[in-house]
Amino acid sequence: MAQLDTREKLAILADAAKYDASCASSGTTKRDSRDGKGLGSSEGMGICHAYAPDGRCISLLKILLTNSCIFDCHYCINRKSSNVRRARFTAQEVVNLTLAFYKRNYIEGLFLSSGIVRSSNYTMEQLVEVARSLREDHDFRGYIHLKTIPDADPELVRQAGLHADRMSINVELPTEPGLKRLAPEKSAARIEGAMGEVKGAIDETKDAGKRFKSAPRFAPAGQSTQMIVGADAASDGDIVRKASTLYDRFALRRVYYSAFSPIPDASAVLPLQRPPLMREHRLYQSDWLMRFYGFKPAEVVQAADANGMLPLDMDPKLAWALKFREHFPVDVNRAPREQLLRVPGLGTKAVDRILKSRRFRRFTLDDVARLTVSVAKVRPFIVTADWRPTLLTDRADLPTLLKPKQKQLELFAA
Amino acid sequence: MSIAGRSADQPVRITLAAADDFDGWRDAARDLIEAGTAPERVVWIVEGGVGDLFGGDAPRPPAAPSFSVLRQFVDLAKAVVCHSDPERFGLLYAMLWKLQGNRKAMEDRADPLLDRLERLAKEVRRDAHKMHAFVRFREVEEEDNKTRFVAWFEPEHHIVRREAGFFVRRFANMRWSILTPELSIHWNGTTLTEGPGATKADAPGGDPLEETWKTYYASVFNPARLKVKAMTKEMPKKYWRNMPESALIAPLIAGARAREVEMIDRSAAEAGMAGALEAERRIEPGGNLRAAWEGLLAEARQCTRCDLYKCGTQTVFGEGPLDAAILFVGEQPGDQEDLAGRPFIGPAGQLFDASLQQAGIDRSQTYVTNAVKHFKFEARGKRRIHSKPDAGEIEACRWWQEQERALIKPPLTVALGATAARSLTGKTVTISRAREAPLTLVDGSECWVTVHPSFLLRIPEEDRKAAERARFVEDLRRIKARADELTA
Repeated sequence: MAQLDTREKLAILADAAKYDASCASSGTTKRDSRDGKGLGSSEGMGICHAYAPDGRCISLLKILLTNSCIFDCHYCINRKSSNVRRARFTAQEVVNLTLAFYKRNYIEGLFLSSGIVRSSNYTMEQLVEVARSLREDHDFRGYIHLKTIPDADPELVRQAGLHADRMSINVELPTEPGLKRLAPEKSAARIEGAMGEVKGAIDETKDAGKRFKSAPRFAPAGQSTQMIVGADAASDGDIVRKASTLYDRFALRRVYYSAFSPIPDASAVLPLQRPPLMREHRLYQSDWLMRFYGFKPAEVVQAADANGMLPLDMDPKLAWALKFREHFPVDVNRAPREQLLRVPGLGTKAVDRILKSRRFRRFTLDDVARLTVSVAKVRPFIVTADWRPTLLTDRADLPTLLKPKQKQLELFAA
Repeated sequence: MSIAGRSADQPVRITLAAADDFDGWRDAARDLIEAGTAPERVVWIVEGGVGDLFGGDAPRPPAAPSFSVLRQFVDLAKAVVCHSDPERFGLLYAMLWKLQGNRKAMEDRADPLLDRLERLAKEVRRDAHKMHAFVRFREVEEEDNKTRFVAWFEPEHHIVRREAGFFVRRFANMRWSILTPELSIHWNGTTLTEGPGATKADAPGGDPLEETWKTYYASVFNPARLKVKAMTKEMPKKYWRNMPESALIAPLIAGARAREVEMIDRSAAEAGMAGALEAERRIEPGGNLRAAWEGLLAEARQCTRCDLYKCGTQTVFGEGPLDAAILFVGEQPGDQEDLAGRPFIGPAGQLFDASLQQAGIDRSQTYVTNAVKHFKFEARGKRRIHSKPDAGEIEACRWWQEQERALIKPPLTVALGATAARSLTGKTVTISRAREAPLTLVDGSECWVTVHPSFLLRIPEEDRKAAERARFVEDLRRIKARADELTA
């Protein structure tokens, strides 16, 4: 094979990494380079430096070190049996590219993953070397997100965590049979074992950090994971339950959902069509309901239909409210926070503002309207000083009144 | 800042030194509150745009204020002052006036005045955030052979001075300049200096690394999920003109659909053909066989040899490696095959796959096709019920089957059911009799006859079904053994 130049390699290895949805650059320690050394800063809030036409943000230089892999996971474009062009970066090339992009304000930092070459340990060593070089040789203070390679030596994972802001390992498929079928060499137990190790290390260093100021920080932005939606038969209910156990067991910062998208040179086991992108969106909404709105996983599943699928034509919160109308209407002027959070159309910010403001005024519908995006959506579920929905809450055709208007169907939609 | 007009009913004119002159506003507001001037009487004017902060009045010595202001309000005011809305100073003063009577007014978010101010502040913060994100530096060399990074940016509000700190913290050890229409800021590694506004022509025209960045931008885009609205919501078009990667957006969107459809088509064809391509690379480096087969496929898609092309969705052609030892001929595609364009994937196809597996035959190593390549059906309500092809249709379609066989030259052909047998032999064949021993085809190769898998699906009695199924698998086993003999 002819030698590839950096740009050709970048095209191959960025293309290979794009199916990973995670791009967050937030939640790490505050730092800057005003002490006269180093490059970069992070201020807690992530920054999206550009957006691609697929609506995803580009915050980090997201690449693989190599797209050669000894595994044969069917959903993955880089699997052993795929015919994609292979390329490999040296650690130095990745370091140079990261610094050059960072200095021009293109990126917040680096997201580095890799296909597995030779062995898990060898691959992990290479990832750690890039992070080490950035941090130690170049005093880089931007964001680094490293993938944990399954089965890598815990000592290597520990070193990675000392350099990285965030670590992640993908559970890939929500059910064990799905994983067995589509990723025969991966095992849920080993993936979750690795997550457990990272969590242990995070907890340990946090604990040490409380006692010794100089204690090293381990992955201060925590760990995350990703699940592929629509490549196997798992229902939304399965996915929601799986996500909730992952949040509980491993204190994950985020679970990403990635709608399976057709990949070039796909394996015959996979569906050829993508699932509706809306399904991914609904899963993120349900994720938010669990994390910020006090919904229990079982309650989110209640919003799903008999097959465990969330409705695509309305958000899960509205679906839940329409199913459990006995909880409504809610009195904006007296209801506690938990009940206000259940009202479709009231977000966490609006609820906080209502709670603060209602000490000074009795809310009218106009007041609510100023705090929300669409008062029409909220109206059937609330009582205010000048408004009572009377029969509206109980109308049988309420769903049609509240659903977003139908758009022309996409001609080639899945 | 200067104050004019002091008599009770005359409007009070306040002139501020710059568009983002927070200190000037604060000093004036303090005086006005102390004088008890109602907000309606005050007119706020900015002197000559953002301009030079130091050119105006000397800063006043900080006077001991006679009243205190909430920290929360000061933060809000510092943001709102940077907005481009000409009413901002007046609105802030009205809020400050209101706070004198009601210290709790800052907590009532439903208050229209506070709501408006919060919105202004939000827009300023958003613009600032977008500046952090979308400033693009270009590297230039200076006289002393050191490099400087220069950016041209057009913010919507007067935020440059306010946001300089972000770039200082991040790029403290680089030399950089950010040029904007109102104001330029320069950092030399130790101090920040301000200069007058600039034009785009003052900024460098390019940076060799931008091509690499554009390569990255194009590669990280996934054409299977086009969400242009989501992109423009977060990256409004007004910022595009100063971002090198935005030149790619239009072509990427235009190409996306085509790329996805191509990907699916290719995988669909390859699902059946992956093996074929591989095997054929082995046997025929020139790829003539494949080219011929592809030509045949393209022709078959346009086939109008009988009337069936009018109602079906598409021609369902055979698939499999072109050096297959076994070629299966079925009857005709069913409902699901017709929609997917691939043979034997519906219920009968699944039974076929399972039986092959039991008999130890790898389907991907065989070529599978149908005697008739279009779906013939009767529409009953929303369902399409299979109906048997007649002799004329079998005859019309036979040509394709013969072309396929001529290309592949399988040592062993299997007729699944009477239609296939008729197509292969040209005669009516009784399955039960023909099943016993192989027939010889015109080209001298062997043809084995067995039942069609859909026959097994239609048997109502469970025990007979199981028996027939076992017999079918037994046939397949014999076929495999014979194929192994022939290719050995």
